[in-house]
Amino acid sequence: MIDPIFIAEAALNGILLGGVMALLALGLNLIFGVLDIVWIAYVELVMLCMYLVYFLVTGYGWPIWLGGLASVAFGAVLGVAVHLLIISPLLNSAAINQFLATGGLLFFLQSFATFLWTTDHRTVRLNLPIIEVAGMFLSFARLIAFVVAILAMIGLYLFLRHTFIGTAIRAVSQDRDAMRLMGANPQRVYVVTSAVGGAMAGLAGALLIIQYSVHPYFGAAFGPLTFMICVLGGLGNMVGAVVAAVIMSEIISVGGVMMSTEMGYVIAFVLFIVMMFARPGGILAKRE
Amino acid sequence: MARLTAAAVLAIIAAAPFLPMGGMRQYALHVLVQIFIWSFIGGAWSLMGRFGLISLGHGAFLGAGAYTTTLLWNFWGLTPWLGVLVAVAGAVVIGLVLGYPCFRFRVVGHYFALVTLAVGEVVRLLVIAERDWTGGSLGVTLKASAGEASLAAIQFADKRVFYYASVVVWLGGLWVWRRVDRSMARSALEAIGEDETAAASVGIHVTRFKLAITVLSAALTAVGGVLYAQYFTYVNPDTLSGIGVSLRIVFAVVLGGMYSLLGPTVGSALTIALSEYLRVLFGLKFIGMAETIYGLVLILCIIFLPAGIYGSLRAAIARRMARRRAAPA
Repeated sequence: MIDPIFIAEAALNGILLGGVMALLALGLNLIFGVLDIVWIAYVELVMLCMYLVYFLVTGYGWPIWLGGLASVAFGAVLGVAVHLLIISPLLNSAAINQFLATGGLLFFLQSFATFLWTTDHRTVRLNLPIIEVAGMFLSFARLIAFVVAILAMIGLYLFLRHTFIGTAIRAVSQDRDAMRLMGANPQRVYVVTSAVGGAMAGLAGALLIIQYSVHPYFGAAFGPLTFMICVLGGLGNMVGAVVAAVIMSEIISVGGVMMSTEMGYVIAFVLFIVMMFARPGGILAKRE
Repeated sequence: MARLTAAAVLAIIAAAPFLPMGGMRQYALHVLVQIFIWSFIGGAWSLMGRFGLISLGHGAFLGAGAYTTTLLWNFWGLTPWLGVLVAVAGAVVIGLVLGYPCFRFRVVGHYFALVTLAVGEVVRLLVIAERDWTGGSLGVTLKASAGEASLAAIQFADKRVFYYASVVVWLGGLWVWRRVDRSMARSALEAIGEDETAAASVGIHVTRFKLAITVLSAALTAVGGVLYAQYFTYVNPDTLSGIGVSLRIVFAVVLGGMYSLLGPTVGSALTIALSEYLRVLFGLKFIGMAETIYGLVLILCIIFLPAGIYGSLRAAIARRMARRRAAPA
């Protein structure tokens, strides 16, 4: 029998991981909502940002917060590049071609990272304390990542609610055709959305590198999970994304301790499949 | 004319193992067997793909097929001839369990693709999780049968046997494709792909048709998986299930063109030739470079040849023919 304290610890870690996963899923959600395209390679962008922070911090001795800011900027640039180079020519193509093009980007980034940096696992070592709460051990790095992720989501919320371009982004995700009818320029909204989505990937990368080691196949574990949380949360639903992220992270974290890491993922993915039948509009959507 | 070309191509395919190729024979046959196996699997995928049922999880059926026969043979010595029936039954069950609720609850488009992607991942992770008897991520090797060749075990040291077997299976796949292409079901499925509600309103049983084509595609993919396992005598969760292989199948089909009979074959031949060429070119130097170029080619093809190579070529020829026919008048 597993000591309940381990399960409680796993549950707490699940919530902390859920914060970062929600951030990632929201970035993807934003792009999915506005462009109606799923970037299969989204977490591969996160992987690149993690490498950037790793090299800046361990190679050039940058402080972690500066590396994080650089990562956010780099993520935004990557997002715009992906949009202009790959998505933009395919905006009116069949969905399958859009899937495949970003799928090709996944192969490309994974292998190019392998080529450049080999498959070694790399970790940023920060001397952050481990906190003991009621017999449970919590890493301070995870706590920081959680808090920053929550703050970033609040920031995103304010951006979407209170700026003109944010309102435009929400408008497009509600009705793409109406946007053109109003005479607005969708391309600008697309680029800004991709930049914001990319910046979220960059921030998530900075928050993940202080908890996990990075390697070229990092996206293989987190990629599918991110799509699923994104869809489970429901399009444009920020609270839904957080709820979905926490549920999925809990299952993976607790399931990982009670059974095995793989079984944790299996249960989470099966839950996703079942939820797609039961609540296709997202976990918090009203049943039609 | 077309009939004559087809006969000539078939004759070349039949004679291929006996053509003088010097020391290259074994390698050339190996590449050709792979091309036929993956063409068959691609064709099975395109049965769904051409009607808008984009599955990113065909690795689930492939892995289920390959692992079923391999494990049945390894643990109980069950001949793959019977094993393939179990494998197909398993894939059909997965197809039904996945398909029925999907079609019943109208999970379409991106959502269908993501659900199938999840199913492919579930199969991959289950294989890894059950490592005690599946070998986990290290994969599992098919137990060798006694002797050089065994019909009961479907194991042959001579590659030519597998060559002809894969050609026969491939031709069978083309035959099924053509049967579907010329059936009434095709019109029904095309109508469903265009507009489900409209199709339902004229009396097409949407769920039943979609389920039928899914089951057919799953069953054929499982057969492809069994053939793969028997030929390579080694199965591995990452090369048979999960996103990677599922995307590769789709890419080969889309590159070739999924609306034509030979599209999947052309696409598979090109992608396999490309990856073999890159593998030989780079060898053990520049690890990752081959795949990097593969990914790059994939992106460029999708952007510049959206209808696929074979599809674009056929469209270009058709256009030229039409112009020529129009010119004398």
